[in-house]
Amino acid sequence: MTAFLDVLIGGVFHAAVLFLVAAGLQLVFGVQKIVNLACGSFYALGAYFGITAVSWCIAHGMPPALFLPVLIVAGLVVGLIGPFIEALLLTVYHRDEAFQLLLTFALVLMFQDVLRFFWGADPQQLGDLVMTYGRVHMGSIQVPTYNLLVIIASILIAAGLGAFLQKTRFGRILRATAENREMSLALGVNVRWMYASVFTLGTILGTVGGALVVPTAAASLDMPVELVVEAFAVVVIGGLGSMRGALVGALIVGLMRAAAISLYSELEMLSIYLVVIAVLIARPGGLFGKPLE
Amino acid sequence: MRLALAIVGLAILAALPKVLSPYHVTLVLPALAYAIALLGFNLLFGYTGLLSFGHALFVAIGGYGAAVLSGKLGLKSFEAILLISAAVAVLVSIPVGLLAVRYVKIFFGILTLAFGMLFHSFLFKFYNITGGDTGMRVLRPSLLGQPYTDLDKTSWLIGPFYYYCVVLLAILAFIMWRVVHSHFGLHLVATRENRRKSEYLGVRVRFFRLVAFAISAFYCAIGGAILAINTGQADPELAYWTHSGELVFMTVLGGFGSFIGPVVGSFSYIFLKDQLIGMTQYWRFWMGLILIILVVLFPRGISGLFERMWIRLHRSTHS
Repeated sequence: MTAFLDVLIGGVFHAAVLFLVAAGLQLVFGVQKIVNLACGSFYALGAYFGITAVSWCIAHGMPPALFLPVLIVAGLVVGLIGPFIEALLLTVYHRDEAFQLLLTFALVLMFQDVLRFFWGADPQQLGDLVMTYGRVHMGSIQVPTYNLLVIIASILIAAGLGAFLQKTRFGRILRATAENREMSLALGVNVRWMYASVFTLGTILGTVGGALVVPTAAASLDMPVELVVEAFAVVVIGGLGSMRGALVGALIVGLMRAAAISLYSELEMLSIYLVVIAVLIARPGGLFGKPLE
Repeated sequence: MRLALAIVGLAILAALPKVLSPYHVTLVLPALAYAIALLGFNLLFGYTGLLSFGHALFVAIGGYGAAVLSGKLGLKSFEAILLISAAVAVLVSIPVGLLAVRYVKIFFGILTLAFGMLFHSFLFKFYNITGGDTGMRVLRPSLLGQPYTDLDKTSWLIGPFYYYCVVLLAILAFIMWRVVHSHFGLHLVATRENRRKSEYLGVRVRFFRLVAFAISAFYCAIGGAILAINTGQADPELAYWTHSGELVFMTVLGGFGSFIGPVVGSFSYIFLKDQLIGMTQYWRFWMGLILIILVVLFPRGISGLFERMWIRLHRSTHS
């Protein structure tokens, strides 16, 4: 029972963070049809920037208990690089997918060194700041309160995103653009503006995800390239472009990984790729994606 | 004309050990290895129009094949090592390819990436079998039955092994030239340009794509075996997805639209990377920047640039 709860909570926590990154990936793919390999880099950027912001605030007399809002703000602020990156992607919207992938691959390479330049090659962490929020007893196990707060925050963001896409005017226009770009253009949608805002939103989801995870795990230079394959797994399992898919995919990947680590740690990532391959064979479009041609 | 260019190119390659320092010759070796791997890769990417983000899988099979055969099984003959590793890569490529060629575009890329990472995590995690992150040692094989035991490592690498690889590149490039100019090669281009139409005309699209996939795996494994023997080590990074990305980078750098592009790409990439690493620890940043400039401004790569200059030159002399 203890082991089961551990896996459950650990898995859901991991899923909560993965969902944020994957949701950003889905938004950008849904609207711009670009698979952004650099989503992991945004995540790492959020993580590093979060550490710096929190350390700076604490050094300037902020009570440590306020670190969660600082992290969120840090994630939001650094996510504002989105429009600049999007301006670069503008050059390849009408080009072959190979070039779009390569351009985001170039960003991965560049961000690797940008992170190294500002934060050095050694992993960075926030120490035991997590414990300022204490622990919660859940049956036979203890869980850091912070982890639960992140899960709740992620659920709130998911709900907010869902409501935003379904209920607001902007969300409806966004979905319409994703469905048929030419028709939206013809009906007077400012697609240029739409693309820039969607990409920025996607970036912010990644950076906030990274900032939220950093109190529990060190930020390292391997973070971007490792996370991107997990985020890929999530969106492929869930179906490219589907928000519901991102949610279910994140839960599957998060729980699978937690279970594999506790049962047979050699299978950690292997199990995830096996699920990806199984899903692509059985349901090529992913669980919630549109079927392919 | 083309034959003359090929001969000049080979002559330059053969003369390099006489001109360059041993260090620079050891740099040419990975360039030769990547040139072989990319000739195969470009059959899939350039000619068939399928972008794989997982071909590091086959490079790694070549590398680990060389490690297992030379180190664990005591096989000495390089020819046997190459053939067996490449055969294993082809055997693996058939089930992987059967699944992957059902898709095109981004799904093909993601599925191949997943297979590559599957192999990477196997190499990385199963320490007992693969040596984990430290990888496996690769022993020096014999070339055409010659062990060359009197040579030390560097003089063996830049001597017999270097010439062996140049000849190998020449042979494999010639075979690839015949492949892309055969009916089979033209079929591949036809399926790239218009899948429906070529299906109506009786091209068995999936079967041809699968064969192209298997051939590319064969070439990548041979490149991987050379790489591993050159460094004396096979490690999991060979199978990592960023390595697959590098393969694509090199191909685009050289120009995927021309036959010789991948060879040009591998040589320019290796030397560019070496120069940048010598200048700054932030070489990845500059590599990324170069890739962006390439993608945005010169999508046809270096060979595309030369082609354009050639055409312009021709026009100006005729008018």
